This record gives sequence, structure tokens and C-alpha cells, in this order.
Amino acid sequence: MAYTDKVIEHFEHSRNVGTLDKDDPNVGTGLVGAPACGDVMRLQLKITDDGTIQDAKFKTFGCGSAIASSSLVTEWVKGKSIEDAVKITNKEIAKELSLPPVKIHCSVLAEDAIKAAIKDFQEKRAKRLGPAAAASETR
Amino acid sequence: MKLPIYMDYHATTPMDPRVLEAMEPYFHDDFGNAASRNHAFGWKAEAAVEKARKQVAALIGASDKEIVFTSGATESDNLAIKGVLEFYREKGDHLVTLQTEHKAVLDTCKRLERQRQERIDELKLMRLMELTGRDVSGEELAALEIKHELEKDEVLKRWIGAVRTGARVTYLKPKKDGLVDLAELEAAITDKTVLVSIMLANNEVGVVQPVAEIGALCRKKGVLFHTDAVQGLGKVPFDVESSKVDLVSITAHKMYGPKGVGALYVRRKPRVRLAPIIDGGGHERGMRSGTLNVAGIVGFGKAAELAKAELEAEAKRLLALRERLWKGLSAKLDMLHLNGSMEHRLPGNLNVSFAYVEGEALMMAIKDVAVSSGSACTSASLEPSYVLRALGIDEDLAHSSIRFGLGRFTTEEEVDFVIDLMVKAVTRLREMSPLYEMAREGIDLKSIHWAAH
Repeated sequence: MAYTDKVIEHFEHSRNVGTLDKDDPNVGTGLVGAPACGDVMRLQLKITDDGTIQDAKFKTFGCGSAIASSSLVTEWVKGKSIEDAVKITNKEIAKELSLPPVKIHCSVLAEDAIKAAIKDFQEKRAKRLGPAAAASETR
Repeated sequence: MKLPIYMDYHATTPMDPRVLEAMEPYFHDDFGNAASRNHAFGWKAEAAVEKARKQVAALIGASDKEIVFTSGATESDNLAIKGVLEFYREKGDHLVTLQTEHKAVLDTCKRLERQRQERIDELKLMRLMELTGRDVSGEELAALEIKHELEKDEVLKRWIGAVRTGARVTYLKPKKDGLVDLAELEAAITDKTVLVSIMLANNEVGVVQPVAEIGALCRKKGVLFHTDAVQGLGKVPFDVESSKVDLVSITAHKMYGPKGVGALYVRRKPRVRLAPIIDGGGHERGMRSGTLNVAGIVGFGKAAELAKAELEAEAKRLLALRERLWKGLSAKLDMLHLNGSMEHRLPGNLNVSFAYVEGEALMMAIKDVAVSSGSACTSASLEPSYVLRALGIDEDLAHSSIRFGLGRFTTEEEVDFVIDLMVKAVTRLREMSPLYEMAREGIDLKSIHWAAH
């Protein structure tokens, strides 16, 4: 199976590979997938108090398409509000990278990773500020 | 050095130029049908086929009369298993094989199991029609089976005892090093066993089975022994006498011959009989009908002759290259896992798991090198290699495996290039692997509750 140019580009020149401080209250970490399934994605988002994604970093164990999907979403979410980021769907990711049917799960994982990272951020915040305050602050 | 580099010799091999040279006249000048008995064109083709038959026989220490030409090892495996089972039906219907066999053997066995089950289901339907006094459809089978307690039905039991369709199969789990457990094999053989099918060498992990011991055991137990020898011939010493094997599948394209031609060795003393699976003009002593692929067979013969002549030197050379590769990789990378026995292994095979890096991504990162991976990430099932799993290798490590297959045209320079490239690729991919980071922080990955997807 041949890879599309966009997958190769994101695989060979992956954007935003790295680690953010998971103990930073403004960092949400999403860890999705399973080693036994052959893919694990970790997406970390640094989110400002007003709910804007300032920075994004990823590390992925997985095939080229999984790495490309992670790399792509780090580019997409940067600068977005968390409300807009959770709206990113696996279909958009798969379309952008022209993923074949057997690789659709890679895009699903990337979508899940965004949601998991944001959820982690919100939970941390709720713990820190109390649920009511967290809800009112992140519109 | 020419790129890309081919290190996938278990998949197929390039033709040796000497093989191509031998085949060439049989595409045009000497194009005759080997079955044409009444003119020079036919005689010439027949003579060429018979010469090749001797060359192939010589490779495995057999007589030329014991060689049946086929389209390749998949057909040979099918013919050996289905042919023996059909011919020896009165003796029994049980087969014993290994979980790590090639799909040509495993899927043949599965079809035979399915055929037997379908026959049993037919008998159940007939019995239920008798018991209910009406027509019964397949959809009702499960419910009525319970209602009429077919499990305890003595009549049905007798009927099932008379089934002569398909087979029952025992799939032995190999030991952790990939070798068959001989005690388990002995225990699996029953008075209904007709055939044991265990490969000479595995296509993924290169593990070489103790065929002489298996052959001796089968002879003692009075069951036939088939071996798919495709990966081992020309790489490790093998002959039909010392291994007491009754049927051997061979293919040309894994030993620098052309694709689409193979053979089945069928022992004559003591004589092994087969029912054909392809009917027609009665070629190959009735065991395999179909016009012979003369040019292919000539190439096969030449390839077999070269494999025999060069076995010793080539095995030595490949072993040195394989050791160079393994030493080079393990000197510069940590957390490598060798899959399968190192001692009982094809000289040109290395199967390694690069922990925390996914195999398909690794192949993509070394796109100038052709290797293969047990990750099978492209398969719809997302299941990693069944061979590695049968060896008890964790799924994450199976996903991280790379199979290197070295062969006749592999050079030291290529091996060194591959070591460098692998080290770079593994290092880069580990840098971007969350699992590697977690492992280095001392987190036990098995302690994490992963959500399977």
C-alpha cells in the first residue's frame, strides 16, 4: 500500500513532537490507544485560562498514518478555542490525509486524543477551582 | 551500492542469472509440450523436464520418480494434505500440524475441518427431520438440536462415526523458541491420525524444526510425515532419507528460480499414495494433471542444482552476514528482542522486535530497505503476526517486529548500511514514542489500563 504525500510529509517532518509538563495546571494530557493494538497516542495541550489552545505536543507509538494524524491535529488545534477543537472529527483528519479504509482508526484515535486531552484539562481545573468556577470560566 | 536494498528473501528471491540463461531457449526454439510423444519438439521438452526432475530430486536426496511438478508450494501443500487424506480415508481422518505453519497448510486444514462440520450438520438436519416428521431448515438447527437432545442421540452418534468427509485437526503450540515439542507431538498422534505436517523452517522467525526426530517418530507411529521445506532448502542440509519424510513441498522462487513452479516429493519406498486435487490429462503419473510449465521447470532444475552445489558456502556466508547485522544492531540499540531460537535458525534470517516502535512505521522510516514486519497494521483485523503470538510473544512486541531476510546477493556493505539506517530510524521513532518515554521513566506499561479499540 502506498502512502499519500501528506502522510509521508507529516511522518518525515513531524510537527510538534515532544512533551509538556503534565503537572502544569494549564496542560491537558490525552493518552489513547493500546500497545497491544499497535498504536498509542499521547496528545498534550497547553490551554490558557480563557480556553485557548496555546501549544500542542504529541508522542505516538503507531504506524505512519497514526503519526501523521497526530502531527496534523497538533497543527490544527493550535490557536483554537477548546470548543472549536472538540469539533474536529476523524472524518476531517482522514480526508485531509486521504487515509485508506484500513487506516481510518488512526484518525479516530487522533480525534479521541483531542477530546481526552481537553477532558483532562477540564477535570484538573474543576479539581482546582471547584466545578462551578471551572464551568463558568471555560465558556 | 544500489538502492533500494532487498532484505526480504523469505518473501521471494531474484532469479539467478544462470537460471534465466538455462530457461531462455524453452520460451521460443524449444517450446514443445512435454506430453507430445510423437515429434522432436515434444521429445526435447520431455528430456528437459526429466533432467530438471533429476536435479530437483538430487537436492533432497530423492529419486526422480518421486518428484511431482506443481505450480508452487501452496499447491504442493494442498495436494499433500488433501490428497493423503482422501486416499487414506479408511485408515483415519485426523491430522496433526503446528500453529506456526504457513497459511497454505493451516487454511487447507481449516477447510477440511469445515467440510467435516458441514457434513455433520447435514446429518443433524436429517436426524431432526426423522424425529420431527417434517422438513427442517438450517436456521432451526440450533434450537431443535437442544430441544431433541441430539447430543445424547445414539443414532446420530453412529452416523457421525461413519463420516468420511473432511478432517479433524490438532494444531500444536510450539515452544517459546518456536520448536515443536516432540512429547506433545507424540501424545497428539492417535490411531486415527493419517498425517503430520510440520515445516522444515519457518518463514517468519526462520526456526528450523527437528525433522529427523519428527520423521522417526512418525515412522514409529505408522503415520505419514509431510514437510513444507520451502524456506529451508538450499540453506540447511536436508534429505528425505535421514529425515524419513514422506512428502515434501518445494518451490523454485525461494531458491533463485522462477515463480509459479514447484514440486511435491512423494515417497515410493514405502509407497505413499495420493488422490489428485486437479483432474485432467493424467500428467505426473496421474497425481497432477496439466501441461507442464517446461521453461519454469528447467529453471527450477537449474536453481536446485545451484542450491545443492552452493549450500555449504552460502550458508556460511549468510550466517556471517546475519551475525554482523545482529551484532551491529544490538551494539547500538537497547531493548531489542530476538524472536525465535537463535541456535535452530536459518542462516539468513533475523527477526527482531524493536520495543516501543511500531513495525510499519519503522518500515516507512527505512523505505530504502525492503524488509517485512509482523505488525500487520495494514490488515483489517489489526492483529499482529499469528506466528509470533504462537511463540507467546506479547502483542506489543509483535507489532514492533521486523524480519530481515538475507540472501545470495546480500553484501556486507548493504548490511552495514541497514544497521546505520535502522539505528537512526529506531532512535528517531523512540524519541517520538510515548511508550519509550514511559518505560524510561520506570513506568510499568503492563500496569496501565489501556482501552482496547
